[in-house]
Amino acid sequence: MSDPMAEIRASFFIECEELLEALQDGLAAMDGGDTDAETINICFRAVHSMKGGAGAFGLESLVRFAHRYETVMDEIRAGRLAPDRDAMMLFFRAADVLSDIVRTSRDGEHIDEAEVESVLGQLEALAGGAPEEEEEEVADFQPMGLAIDLDGTPELPADAPWTIRFAPHAELFRSGNEPQHLLRALAALGEAQIVCRQDDLPPLDEIEPEAPYLAWEITLDTDKGEEEIREIFDFVDGICTLEVSGGPSGPALPPLPDLSDLPGTIDDGEAPVVPQAEAPVPDGTARRITLSEPAGDTSGDGPGTPLPSAGGEAPEPAGPPAAPPTRSAASADPAGGSGAGGGAGNGEARQSQAAAQTKPTVRVDLERIDRLVNLVGELVINQAMLSQSVQEAGIPSNSPVSQGLEEFMQLTRDIQDSVMMIRAQPVKSLFQRMSRIVREASAAVDKRVRLKTEGEATEVDKTVIERLADPLTHMIRNAVDHGLESGEKRRAAGKSEEGVVTLTAAHRSGRVVIEVADDGGGINRPRVRQIAEEKGLIPEGLSMTDSEIDNLLFMPGFSTASQISDLSGRGVGMDVVRSSIQELGGRITIASEPGVGTTFSISLPLTLAVLDGMVVRAGGETLVVPLGAIVETLSLADEEIRSIGPGRNVLHIRDTFVPLLDLAVELDYRGPLESYDGSVVLLIQQEDGARAALVVDSIEEQRQVVIKGLQDSYGHVPGIAAATILGDGQIALILDPVDLMSNVAGRSRGAVPSLDLAG
Amino acid sequence: MTDHAVSPDDRSELELLSFRVGEQEYSVDIMSVREIRGWTRATPLPHSEPFVRGVINLRGAVLPIIDLSCRLGIGATETTERNVIIVVQMEGQSIGLLVDAVSDILSIPRSDLQAPPDMLADAAHSFVRALTVVEGRMLRILDLHSVYPQREGNAA
Repeated sequence: MSDPMAEIRASFFIECEELLEALQDGLAAMDGGDTDAETINICFRAVHSMKGGAGAFGLESLVRFAHRYETVMDEIRAGRLAPDRDAMMLFFRAADVLSDIVRTSRDGEHIDEAEVESVLGQLEALAGGAPEEEEEEVADFQPMGLAIDLDGTPELPADAPWTIRFAPHAELFRSGNEPQHLLRALAALGEAQIVCRQDDLPPLDEIEPEAPYLAWEITLDTDKGEEEIREIFDFVDGICTLEVSGGPSGPALPPLPDLSDLPGTIDDGEAPVVPQAEAPVPDGTARRITLSEPAGDTSGDGPGTPLPSAGGEAPEPAGPPAAPPTRSAASADPAGGSGAGGGAGNGEARQSQAAAQTKPTVRVDLERIDRLVNLVGELVINQAMLSQSVQEAGIPSNSPVSQGLEEFMQLTRDIQDSVMMIRAQPVKSLFQRMSRIVREASAAVDKRVRLKTEGEATEVDKTVIERLADPLTHMIRNAVDHGLESGEKRRAAGKSEEGVVTLTAAHRSGRVVIEVADDGGGINRPRVRQIAEEKGLIPEGLSMTDSEIDNLLFMPGFSTASQISDLSGRGVGMDVVRSSIQELGGRITIASEPGVGTTFSISLPLTLAVLDGMVVRAGGETLVVPLGAIVETLSLADEEIRSIGPGRNVLHIRDTFVPLLDLAVELDYRGPLESYDGSVVLLIQQEDGARAALVVDSIEEQRQVVIKGLQDSYGHVPGIAAATILGDGQIALILDPVDLMSNVAGRSRGAVPSLDLAG
Repeated sequence: MTDHAVSPDDRSELELLSFRVGEQEYSVDIMSVREIRGWTRATPLPHSEPFVRGVINLRGAVLPIIDLSCRLGIGATETTERNVIIVVQMEGQSIGLLVDAVSDILSIPRSDLQAPPDMLADAAHSFVRALTVVEGRMLRILDLHSVYPQREGNAA
């Protein structure tokens, strides 16, 4: 049995991932010039929710950072801070740090404090305040030189005590809150006198054990504002009755500016109320807010009533509109969004908004989905077996049985597609990670780089996404480091100083194509060639096509940067990228044009569970050859075969010689044949261009097969990638051409990583 | 078979499934047996040990088949339709044992089990965990761990 707390914690971190994603989205939208109040709100809410959850789990570093972040975000929301380029850069960086903190908190690792502190410091500087303790939020706001010209903002007098009446509802206890903690937190704000009101307590025999009867009245003498007091009750918002009254008697606020001076507040029906509502209360007593029923109770009070917030909007605790009198000016600030922002702080409103934004989803264990995928695989196999038996039974194709089977096949295919869709995920999360890589990489090499992403909604199998992160990271770094020229060179070439790296994803003919393109100088082919020659990777003076030269980048140990930079160029370059792509059953190609840029294209199968294969017979056994590896098929004539030693033959095809392999011999099914005249040959090609001709007995068909890993049940078999079950219920092995060729080429040449189709 | 589903500690008697391999009689703990099925042709695995007959489709799972006779050094089994595959499970891993025929289910008091004599030096020795006598016949209790082929590296 797992610890329930651990489960809740785990789901909190999953939620954090989603919130971080929402934050990234919001930031990206803001960066793109969208300064809509709602966009800023999304970011704010994401950070705020993380802070809330983190507080519940005692993740102090997360709370601290999120709090500071949120504060600055709030400044933007209130319009007191313009989200300029530098601020946005900082926000992105802060989001990165935040995700680091989430990750390290989750995994119990240690965070790089220096980085956190540096970003924290910058955030603080941006917020315009000296580093402060988080409790002193109000003080932090004060020096913000409010945009409206007020004749000196008076200080908060700290004399009159606050009276807080707090009555928990049953829901408060049901959701696991504890009034004692709240009271303690209140007491920590200043000098508190807490009186428990038992007025509602019925006689003992009438007491319902689970109903709340107690209320507390707290007299709090503090220099803190109402905001701080309310913030304590942040998480019980809506599940208690809270009244805060008294406090510092109305400070002599200067007359509010004329409403017509406040652009942005007029268009909003409620907005003009805000300054009025926040107007100083003469006697300093009647300021009451009922948190529990925000809509019904308070909306009846028209403008001009001494409610700090208008139109039934319960104040957002950390937001500016619900503010002690000094801060009323803040809400009256020309950023019209602040009024709406405050409204969004209401618990219920927040929920309904969130619901409107996201489609309902269910979180399911990956294991269950995999089980479903497996079962559907069985279904496909079974259906194929059934069709085969129906055919063998000689049932005519127009009979109801055959027709029913036809429909059954259609349904099976639909089910298979739908199930595969469950495992598929948009590449968005992956792309978001890449935007971080770009930021970090460009900062490291001091280039201005913008990442453009397209096709974020393209869906790919989850496993593919996970295993694509590393190679893609490497490619992005390469693009920033090697692909793009320096700022001066770009200017000289008449390009914008800011380099652009474009990351696109798209579905193309049953595969997913992911492209990393830069608008840099293109591959310096003479240089690439020279390096390859210097390193002895190719003989000097070899005649090579452009694409052959480009492909030199994939050779192990090749690195074009003459200086090894921090970022890339450690010699574990593109060859590693290529082999990881190959492990996913993918291919990678380069296209480059001097002066215009370089594009790397990765083509991947949609899923790792199904493979397009050619079913062949060899030595009496049925085998499946991945279609992607086959370049062409041909029929052999004796005169095309040349012997180059005992048992070693090559195929002479179009003036090139390709090693000829008898598949049945290689797999130990039988000895070599006397003559291969008339045999069927599959010409297979590796990504690096190495080719081989495989002799098979016959080609049966081309079909999709469900991949069954052999690793778990048996272990690795040389030359074999996985197994599948054919229509007759027999197991057929899926060939791993790369592994087969490298085995044949002699283990001396070093093992080429095998195609791990089983995933 | 569910009748026998008691935890091993509770059993003072060991229940064994006995079967014939070549002319010899072997047995395995019945708790490790998942099912018994008829012989179907196995797909051979290239470059495998001679006693690995290949893999079969067991309701969608890939099940390696071990020719027990070959594994025990008695000689490869000539498979006919009468051969039987005993699907056993150990440490979460299923394998199929190709045997000649299943004979019986026996209850043997644990006290009747004898350790195999140390002097035996034949190949089959290490595969036998214990010996017992049933109606005057010697019954060998198979050690499944040693029967199972050593996993070849590559745990990827």
